[in-house]
Amino acid sequence: MTTAGALPITVRGLERRYGRVAALDGVDLDVAQGEFLTLLGPSGSGKTTLLMIMAGFTRPDAGSVKFGGVEMVRTPPHKRNLGVVFQSYALFPHMDVAANVAFPLTLRGVSGAERERRVKTALDLVQLGDLGARRVDQLSGGQRQRVALARAIVFEPGILLMDEPLSALDKKLREQMQIELRHLHQRLGTTIIYVTHDQREALTMSDRIAVIDKGRIQQIDTPRVLYEAPNSHFVADFIGDSAFIPVTVSGGVARWRNEVLRLPRPSADGAYLLVLRPEKLLLGGGTDLNGIDAEVAEIVYQGDSVRIDVRLEGGDLVTLRELARAGRIAALPAEGSRIRLGLDPADTILVPAP
Amino acid sequence: MISAGLNAAGIRADELRERSILAGLTSPSFVILGLLLFIPVGWLFWLSFIEQDVFTLENYARMVTEPAYRSIFMTTFQLSVLVTVLSVLLGYPVAYMIAMLPPRAASICLTLVLIPFWTALLVRTYAWLVLLQRRGVVNTLLMDWGIIEEPLQLVHNFTGTVIGMLHIMIPFLVLPLYANMRAIDRDYTRAAASLGASPPTAFWKVYLPLSIPGLAAGTVMVFIICLGFYITPQFLGGGRVTTLSMKIQQNVATYFNWGAASSLGVVLFVVTILIFWGFSRLFPLRRLTEVGGS
Repeated sequence: MTTAGALPITVRGLERRYGRVAALDGVDLDVAQGEFLTLLGPSGSGKTTLLMIMAGFTRPDAGSVKFGGVEMVRTPPHKRNLGVVFQSYALFPHMDVAANVAFPLTLRGVSGAERERRVKTALDLVQLGDLGARRVDQLSGGQRQRVALARAIVFEPGILLMDEPLSALDKKLREQMQIELRHLHQRLGTTIIYVTHDQREALTMSDRIAVIDKGRIQQIDTPRVLYEAPNSHFVADFIGDSAFIPVTVSGGVARWRNEVLRLPRPSADGAYLLVLRPEKLLLGGGTDLNGIDAEVAEIVYQGDSVRIDVRLEGGDLVTLRELARAGRIAALPAEGSRIRLGLDPADTILVPAP
Repeated sequence: MISAGLNAAGIRADELRERSILAGLTSPSFVILGLLLFIPVGWLFWLSFIEQDVFTLENYARMVTEPAYRSIFMTTFQLSVLVTVLSVLLGYPVAYMIAMLPPRAASICLTLVLIPFWTALLVRTYAWLVLLQRRGVVNTLLMDWGIIEEPLQLVHNFTGTVIGMLHIMIPFLVLPLYANMRAIDRDYTRAAASLGASPPTAFWKVYLPLSIPGLAAGTVMVFIICLGFYITPQFLGGGRVTTLSMKIQQNVATYFNWGAASSLGVVLFVVTILIFWGFSRLFPLRRLTEVGGS
C-alpha cells in the first residue's frame, strides 16, 4: 500500500484569535509533497490550533489553506479527504477493530471483498493483522494507537495529520513507535503534519520542524539545522538542554569576559548569548578549542551518562555530560576542583540576546 | 488464609474498624427502608391474596375477566408509551444542544430545565389547567392570532394529560441523557468527519450509538414513572382518563377494597421490575459508565 497522491500544503496569512489572545498571528507555511513536517512548540503556542484549522475542525479568522493548490479553508472536514490521528485515538467503542478501519471505506462506497482486503492490508501494515475481531476496549494503548493509524491511512489520503499521537504511551513504546512511524512514512510517502511538544520526538521523525511560539513560526528547518544553528534564544532554549552566557562581538571578535571565542562564521557586532549544550562541552582544553575556566560544582551518575554541573567565573551554572565509560569515569575531576572546559569552534553557537 | 505475619492482627483490626464505621453510617437508612418500605409492601402483597383469612386469586382473576380493567391497563400503557416517545423526540435535541454549549451557558440552560423540576408537581399541574382551559391563555392566543375559530378542548381529556405529563417528564429524560452526552469526547464526531462522514452520517453512525445508554436510562425512567403517575392524569384527565394508579386510589378511598388495590400495586411493581431487568440485560451498567471514556 502506497499513497500515490501525496499532496503539498500551502498556508498563507492564517489568523485566529481567542478573545484578545492571538492563537495564530499570521502564519505562512509551505509543506512539500510527501514531507514529514512537525509542528513543535510549548502548550498554548498555537500548534494544535494550526492543525485543527488544517483539519477543518476550527475556523480561522482569516487566511488560506491549500492542499495541492486547491483552496480548502471553507471546505467542511468531511470533504477534505485527510487522515487524522487524534491524541485520544477516538476509536469508536461501539465497533470492533475491523469495523473501525472499514468505516472510511464504507463511506466511500467500497464494499465486500475489496473492503475486506484493504482493511486487512492496513491492519497488516501496523502489525495488527489478526486483531480485526477485537473490541476496542480489549486493546492496549499501543494497539489502539496502531488501529487509529490504520483507520487514518486505509483510504489512502494524500495528507495525514497527527495530533500528539504518542503522548499517551509509555516511554519505551513511544520510542519504538517513533521509529515505526518513520518507516511507515517512508513506505507510504504521504505528506504528514505532526504536532508534538516533545523535542526528541520531533528530531527523531521529521524531515523539517516548525518551531511555533506565540502563534508564529519562529524557525522552520531540518532537525540538524534547528539544533546546530538556532536563530533565537527561544529556539535554542526549547530544543536541547541549553545554558546561555552573554557574549559580545565587537570589531568582529567575540568575547566572554576576557576569553576570546572563535566562531564558525563571522557575526555582526552586538550582544549575543552563547548556547552551551551538555554534549558539546569537553572536559579539558586544547589549542584548536575555545576554552572556558570553571569549577566543578556537582557530579551525578545517571546510568548511561554522568552529569557534571560546573560553575563559571561570575557564577553561571552550566551542565555537561560524559558518556559513562569506565575510562572516562575514572578520569573525572573531583567536586570543587578547577578545570578548563573545551568547546569546538564549530559548536560555538551564538543567538541574538533577547 | 489468615496471615500471622508482622502486625497482621493489627492491620486486620484496622480494616474491620473501617468497615464497621461504613456499616454504621448506612444502617439508619437501611432501618428506615425496612420499616417504611419493605414491611408495608409485604403487607400489601399479603393482602392481595387474602380475603377474610382465606387464600384467593380473585383479585388477579378480576384483572383478566373484567373489561373495565383491561381498558385501564390499555390506557395506562398507551399514555406511558406516548409520553415516553414524545419526551424522547423533544428531550433529545435539548440534551444535545446543552451538551454542545460551553460549560457556562450549559449550566444556565440546565438550570432552566431544572427549575420546573424543582417546582411542586401540584402547582405545575394546576398551572397547566389554567393555561389549557377553554378560555385559557393558549386558546385565547390561538384565537387572537386567527389560527383557530373555536377554542380547542385541551384539558379534561387525554390530550391535556399528555401535555401535562410531558412537561413533567422531560427533565427525567434530559438529565441522564445530558450526563451521557457530556462524557462523549468531541474527538469521536471529529474523527468521523475526518474519515468522510457528513454531519448527519456522523450523528447516526457514531454520536447516536454512543448516546444510547443515556437515552435508554432516561427512557426507562420516564416510562416507569408514567406507569404509576397519579396527580397529573387525575387533574388534567377530567375523569375521562383512568390510569392504574387512579384505579388503585379509587379501590382504597371509594370501595375500601384493599385487596383489589394491592393486587394492582403488585402488578405495577412486577412490571417495573421486569422492565428494569430487561433494561439491565440490554445495557449492562458497565457500558453506561464506560461510554466516552478512553
